[in-house]
Amino acid sequence: MGSASSVLTQYDIEEVQEHCSNLFSQQEIVSLYQRFCQLDRNAKGFISADEFLSVPEFAMNPLSQRLLKMVDGLNFKDFVAFLSAFSGKATTQQKIEFIFKVYDSDNNGKVSFNDILEVLRDLSGSFMSDEQREKVLRQVLQEAGYSKESYLMLDDFIKVLSRSGLKMEVEVPVD
Amino acid sequence: MNSNSNETVKLSSELDLDRPNLEDYLPSGSSIQEPRGKLRLRDLLDISPTLTEAAGAIIDDSFTRCFKSNPPEPWNWNVYLFPIWCCGVVIRYFILFPVRVLILTIGWIIFLSSYIPVHFLLKGHDKLRKKMERSLVELICSFFVASWTGVVKYHGPRPSIRPKQVFVANHTSMIDFIILEQMTAFAVIMQKHPGWVGLLQSTILESVGCIWFNRSESKDREVVARKLRDHIQGAENNPLLIFPEGTCVNNHYTVMFKKGAFELGCTVCPVAIKYNKIFVDAFWNSRKQSFTMHLLQLMTSWAVVCDVWYLEPQNINPGETAIEFAERVRDIISVRAGLKKVPWDGYLKYSRPSPKHREQKQQSFSESMLRRLEEKDGSSVLVNARVGISNILLDSPPSLKLTATAADAVFSLQSLRKSLHFTLSFTFSSQSLSEARRRPTPTPSQLSQAHRRSTSAHAVEALNSLKLAAAGPYRL
Repeated sequence: MGSASSVLTQYDIEEVQEHCSNLFSQQEIVSLYQRFCQLDRNAKGFISADEFLSVPEFAMNPLSQRLLKMVDGLNFKDFVAFLSAFSGKATTQQKIEFIFKVYDSDNNGKVSFNDILEVLRDLSGSFMSDEQREKVLRQVLQEAGYSKESYLMLDDFIKVLSRSGLKMEVEVPVD
Repeated sequence: MNSNSNETVKLSSELDLDRPNLEDYLPSGSSIQEPRGKLRLRDLLDISPTLTEAAGAIIDDSFTRCFKSNPPEPWNWNVYLFPIWCCGVVIRYFILFPVRVLILTIGWIIFLSSYIPVHFLLKGHDKLRKKMERSLVELICSFFVASWTGVVKYHGPRPSIRPKQVFVANHTSMIDFIILEQMTAFAVIMQKHPGWVGLLQSTILESVGCIWFNRSESKDREVVARKLRDHIQGAENNPLLIFPEGTCVNNHYTVMFKKGAFELGCTVCPVAIKYNKIFVDAFWNSRKQSFTMHLLQLMTSWAVVCDVWYLEPQNINPGETAIEFAERVRDIISVRAGLKKVPWDGYLKYSRPSPKHREQKQQSFSESMLRRLEEKDGSSVLVNARVGISNILLDSPPSLKLTATAADAVFSLQSLRKSLHFTLSFTFSSQSLSEARRRPTPTPSQLSQAHRRSTSAHAVEALNSLKLAAAGPYRL
C-alpha cells in the first residue's frame, strides 16, 4: 500500500473489513482508500497532522486538535477503524465508545471532571470563562446524580447517552 | 505548535487585506443544531454533531474537491482498443508534438525578431509602439494556442478598450490567460512566477500593462492596489483582466471571489471559461507539476477544447456591498460555465483558516449553553402573537424550503434575509393564526431562540444544502 496508483486486492479489502468489524462495505473501503491516498500527499503510508489540517473544514472544527491526537500517524487499517464509528452500521454502543474515547484523553478507562471540562473548553474557547464552565458542568452533573469527584465510566456514558438518538453518521461517497 | 500558530496568524493577517471574510459569507452560528429546552448532562456530553462534522471533513470535503485533478478516463483498457491507442500515442508524441514545437519556435522567432526592434527603435512613438506590441503579444498567444491545437469558441462581443472597466474570469490554468490574450491584449494581474514564466512576465507582458505581485507579500498588495486604480483611469490602457479566485480551480467549482476587483468602482465584465475534458484536463495543479510540464502535457494531447463567454457587463447596485457584488458576478459566471459554487477562500490552499472561524463555532456553542442554563427554571409565559409566528416559521417546511432554495440560487446573507422576511409574512398570512392557538406556550427565551434560529439556523440550513450540492451526496 502507499502510492495512489496502487490498487487494493480483495485480500487487502477483506483484511481491512475484518479490522473495522465489517462496518464498511468493500466499495466504501475502496473510496476511503482513495481519500486516504489523496490526503497522504507524499505516500508515506500515513496522514500527518499537517495534512489533516490542510482540510479547512477539519481545521475549523473545535475538536480538531483533540481528534488529531487520535488519528495522527494512523495507517490505513487503523484509519478505517477510527472512522468506523461513523458508519451507518455501527451500533449506538460503538458510537458511545468512540465519544468516550474522545473524552478519555489519557486512556485510563474513566472520565474525570477535568476531562469533561477540557472538552468543554475546546468547544467553547474564550466565550465562556473557566468559572462558567465549571458552574455549568457541576450543575448538570449534580442533576444527573454525580458529583465533581466522581469518575464517569463507559457504562455511565452508555446510560446517559443511549436514550438520546445519537446522530453520528457519515456517508462514504461511493462512485 | 505555538510558533506555528503564531506564524499562521501572521500570515493570515497579511492575507486579510485582500481576502473576503468568510464571516461575510457564512451565516452567524455554526451548523451544530441548537437544541431547545433545559440543559442536561447528556446534552453536554453529546459531542456527536461536532464529531460528525469532523469525520465528514476527513472522509470528504468540498474544498479539496476544488483542487483535485480529474484526468480523462483511460479508454485503452481493452485488447481491441489498445493498438489504436498505441497508434494515437505514436501520432501524438512523434508527429504532433514535434510539429507543435516547430510552430511554437517559428512563433517565437517571428515574435522576437519584430518585438525587439519595435521595443527599442520606436521609443519616441509611444502610441504606435504600444499598438504594435499589443498585436505582437496577441500573435504569440495565438501561436501558443495553436501549439496545443486549441479549439476555442468565443461567444459574445469582443472586449474593447475603454476606461473604467475590468474583466473578471474564472481561473483554471495559466492557459486561460493565453486563450483570452489571443483575442484581446488584456493587462492581467497575476502571481509572480519563477523560472522562464517569470522572465516573460517581467519583460514582454510588462509592456501590455500586466501587473505582477507576490501572493504572500503584504507590501505588494498596496502597490498593486495603487497600480490598479491608475490603470483603469487611462483611456489608452489595455482592458484589465483579473482572476478574482486568486488561484487555479479545477473547472468544476468556483471558490470565493476576492473583492478587490469589485471595489474599483468600475463596470465589471464577467468572462466564463469552460474546458471540455474530452482530450486533456486543462487544470494546472501547480502543486503537482510545473507550468512547463503542464504545457508539455497539453502539447502532447490531441487538442484543448474550450468555450469562452463574454457576458453582460455588470455594475454595482445601489446599496450593494463589494462582496455581494462579487457573489452576484460569481453566480453569473458559475451558471454560464456550469460550475458549482463553494463557500471557500482559494487562499486556504496556502494557509490555514484563521482561528476566527473556529471561534465562531465556539461562540455559538457557548451562547447556546449559557442560554439553556438560564432556562433552567424557565416557566411558561403568556402567549404572544409574535412568538406564535416565529414558532411556526421554525417548524413550517415550506418556508424552510423556500429559504433554502432562495439561498441556493443566490448565496448571500442579505438576500437570504429578504426572502426570510418574505416567507415570514407569507406564513403569517396563510396559516399562522389558526395554528398559533394550538401550539404549546413558548417561553420568552424560546422567543429569543426562535428569533436567532429564524435568522441563523435557516441560513445554516441553506449553507449546508449548498455545501451538499457542491460536495455531492454525503452527510444527512
